[in-house]
Amino acid sequence: METNVLKKVDIIFDITDCDYLKILDRCMSKTQDEVILDIIDSGLKGRGGAGFPTGLKWKFTKNEDSDVKYVICNADEGEPGTFKDREILDRVPEKVFTGMAICGYAIGAKEGYIYLRGEYNFLKKNLQAKIDLFNKQTIEKNFDFTIFLRSGSGAYICGEESALFESMEGFRGEPRNKPPYPTIAGYNWKPTVINNVETLVYVSMICNLGPDKFKELGTKDSRGSKVFSVSGDTPNAGIYEIELGMPLEQFVDAFGDGDTKAVQVGGASGHCVPRKNFNDTIIGFEGIPTGGSMMIFNSSRSMYNVLHDYLEFFTEESCGQCTPCRVGCQQLLKGIEAVKKGDRKPSYLEELKKLALTMKSAAKCGLGQSVANPFNSIIDNFREEIIY
Amino acid sequence: MSKYLVNLKINNIPVTVEEGTTILDAAKKLNFSIPTLCYHEDLSVAGNCRVCLVEVSGARNLAASCATPVSEGMEVFTNSKNVRTSRKHVVELLLSEHNADCTKCFKNGHCELQDLASAYRIGDHVFIDLVKPKDKVIDISSPSICKDDSKCIRCQRCVRTCAELQAVSALAVCHKGDHQRISTFLGKPMHEVVCTNCGQCINRCPTGALTERSYIEEVWEAINDLGKHVVVQTAPAVRVALGEDLGMELGTRVTGKMVSALRHVGFDSVLDTDFTADLTILEEGNELLRRLKKVLVDKDETVALPMFTSCSPGWIKYIEHMFSEQLPNLSTCKSPQQMFGALAKTYYAQRKNINPKNMVVVSIMPCTAKKFESGRPEMRDSGYQDVDYVLTTRELAMMIKQAGIDFSKLDEDGYDTIMGDSTGAAVIFGSTGGVMEAALRTVYEVVTGREVPFTNLNIVPVRGMEGVKEARIMLKDVKPDFSYLEGVEVSVAIAHGLSNAKKIMEAVRDGKATYHFVEVMACPGGCLGGGGQPIPTSPDIRKKRAEAIYSEDEGLIRRKSHENPEVLQIYKEFLIEPLGHKSHDLLHTHYKPRKRY
Repeated sequence: METNVLKKVDIIFDITDCDYLKILDRCMSKTQDEVILDIIDSGLKGRGGAGFPTGLKWKFTKNEDSDVKYVICNADEGEPGTFKDREILDRVPEKVFTGMAICGYAIGAKEGYIYLRGEYNFLKKNLQAKIDLFNKQTIEKNFDFTIFLRSGSGAYICGEESALFESMEGFRGEPRNKPPYPTIAGYNWKPTVINNVETLVYVSMICNLGPDKFKELGTKDSRGSKVFSVSGDTPNAGIYEIELGMPLEQFVDAFGDGDTKAVQVGGASGHCVPRKNFNDTIIGFEGIPTGGSMMIFNSSRSMYNVLHDYLEFFTEESCGQCTPCRVGCQQLLKGIEAVKKGDRKPSYLEELKKLALTMKSAAKCGLGQSVANPFNSIIDNFREEIIY
Repeated sequence: MSKYLVNLKINNIPVTVEEGTTILDAAKKLNFSIPTLCYHEDLSVAGNCRVCLVEVSGARNLAASCATPVSEGMEVFTNSKNVRTSRKHVVELLLSEHNADCTKCFKNGHCELQDLASAYRIGDHVFIDLVKPKDKVIDISSPSICKDDSKCIRCQRCVRTCAELQAVSALAVCHKGDHQRISTFLGKPMHEVVCTNCGQCINRCPTGALTERSYIEEVWEAINDLGKHVVVQTAPAVRVALGEDLGMELGTRVTGKMVSALRHVGFDSVLDTDFTADLTILEEGNELLRRLKKVLVDKDETVALPMFTSCSPGWIKYIEHMFSEQLPNLSTCKSPQQMFGALAKTYYAQRKNINPKNMVVVSIMPCTAKKFESGRPEMRDSGYQDVDYVLTTRELAMMIKQAGIDFSKLDEDGYDTIMGDSTGAAVIFGSTGGVMEAALRTVYEVVTGREVPFTNLNIVPVRGMEGVKEARIMLKDVKPDFSYLEGVEVSVAIAHGLSNAKKIMEAVRDGKATYHFVEVMACPGGCLGGGGQPIPTSPDIRKKRAEAIYSEDEGLIRRKSHENPEVLQIYKEFLIEPLGHKSHDLLHTHYKPRKRY
């Protein structure tokens, strides 16, 4: 397998040679299909965690026959341990706006929305002022695209794209049945591209420097770089942009405190990698993909407590509509408590693992489906800590 | 325009269906039954219980068959290992948050979750019991509906029923995660919120979370009290549905057996709400004519048209809450149930020499809102509470079973006299459009001296299950007394289900529709689809009940309310004339506005 050495890069926050109005001009001198081809060619995959090829998403939406289409920037950054979008929106929001406008041009949308996490309301004032300026400048360019800002209300589930649409439409934030997918019926049941904040920044970078420049970074399956939110037992907590495709071992060498026992890759809904697997684990779409959250745990941490926290989080943040997620989360949580207390035999953990797998295939959306990731990886690797 | 056809395989058997068909419906075509809980034919698709999961080749996850459309070349497996494991898990999970005290439950034997638990042989609780003690406190504040959160499996059928069919939204989903629950506004008790008591949520609740307030024990108590004379009245729609709960085929008419059973159960007088249905037509028909005269002749602008029917207590409460400015349009007639109660404790008591103080009036109704209605302060004109207890069709079936009566083997029997006779016009009150049809049969004949110009008296345009129906009937060559109606084309409309009523109300309010007379029934299909009728309900079931109602009408000799001999007799002996003083005192009332939240 192709692997990289850990290489820090500076693209996202770099503002030299980055006149976003010029980038827009350059895009609009190309056809819509050419812009989409550039994005497809770059190999850019969604940076929110799921990793769907961005260019394909745009292509599907562009091909839909509809008067009204939307671009939505998913800034409902709720995954525990992720805090990169906040920084991006604070420091380089114009890059995000530009990415949205490029997308609007490419797919034929006239409106873009930023769905901002409720807890990020402190960014609102500054962001709105910059949006107003950007909107004014696009009007002056005769480019019919307007960006609006919407606030979330603090529910994790509203980061799930269809729940986000429901929330924006004024309904309870509950995921929809799929199909139809957002490219066909998204916000207001119209064709919609919904991209993560960071994805949109890479869009403007690709349009600025060309897809080849982007492809220079990363591996075959994981092109480009990625912003990581590093937290936990590390002397270097913070935000780092790193080339994709590195082994976890190198990441731990760079960021661990020398006593790293496990890394939770991808937030609460991601996988827990124990020390023995650091060297075999690639951070990227060919290994373990991540929305950017890297939580480092050293030997002083109880993995029971870690799992317990995650399960409490999911139990509370499940929207509650589907049975596997609503009840399953509660059963996993109460289940490990019962095993810990001795009310249930350790073998009950096997029942719970089976339940987690049912949740993975039976839950309605990504939330319930991903609980098995932390649950089974922590139970498998730290079974003793759960029982004793 | 024909739809594209899609070819797929279910359990390796090829099937071709129209584009847009769900996997669930495609499987039905091949007679593969897939269990469901949150799915209901009358409602939008939720796809949240996850009981109907199936495996689709090549898909990462299982698919909810109720919510997944078929696609070309799809290969579906409804009974794979993965499906069975997951489905069993889902049922086990639901049971872990469900208060499974089945033997005490009103829905014991009629519970969809119980059926699944039984089918999957789920005995020992695999998972930890999650029922919260506070959820075991049952909300019995409403005289119509009991809400037991400990039995709720969050399928949201009630929520969709209340919003989609009834446009009321008394029940909604609140909170999330482990705190998610089905709640009233601010979690207030049921009797304090905007609930019309229609009971449609009960008809669609798969478990015992929503049930009627049962008064079976109170009724047994009255029957067993030798000092009480217990009168029972039966609503039109009960006789075409009761059989369903007693092992008989859907759509069977059981009027005669029901009367026998009521005698066996021990009621002292077995009488018919159909009698007061006929009476309602005379009162309401004359009220309509009086209103038309005031508008057309006296040019009285204070008289409200269109006139709305007032038989359905769910509809009454809806208009009180939602369209109170249109209350003057409501007919002042009480519902047939309440007319019956007021007359039972006056007219019937006098003629039969019974002290009304010792009389207990019990209604058998297809309805839960009638339970609320009987307790309304407006309904005490006899000097007592006019109707003491209201039982649903389901409760009567339960009493018949408790009494050990083999219903199907009963002989047919007839109602007692002076308030037991009825016509076909009264029978069709049980179906949407029936009150309108009955009224037109009488009003047209009173005004013109001729029968309504429809073959065999069947006014087909007002029948059927469309949500809103409209019809017009021209009045020509009228009798001299009604010369002001010569050449008037009477315009009528019919709505069933409150979301349809809302459409008419908004059109009337905004001046977009001009009708003379509007029939509204709160429940889909009218009373035959009432909240007190046997469960389950579906468009097909309601259609069968409607067919039974119309065939009962066709089989009767007298099919016009004004030909009911006992109605003629009560006017002669007691009420004197429609809209007279006695009628005013006993049969009419006014309603007051209620808050919208």
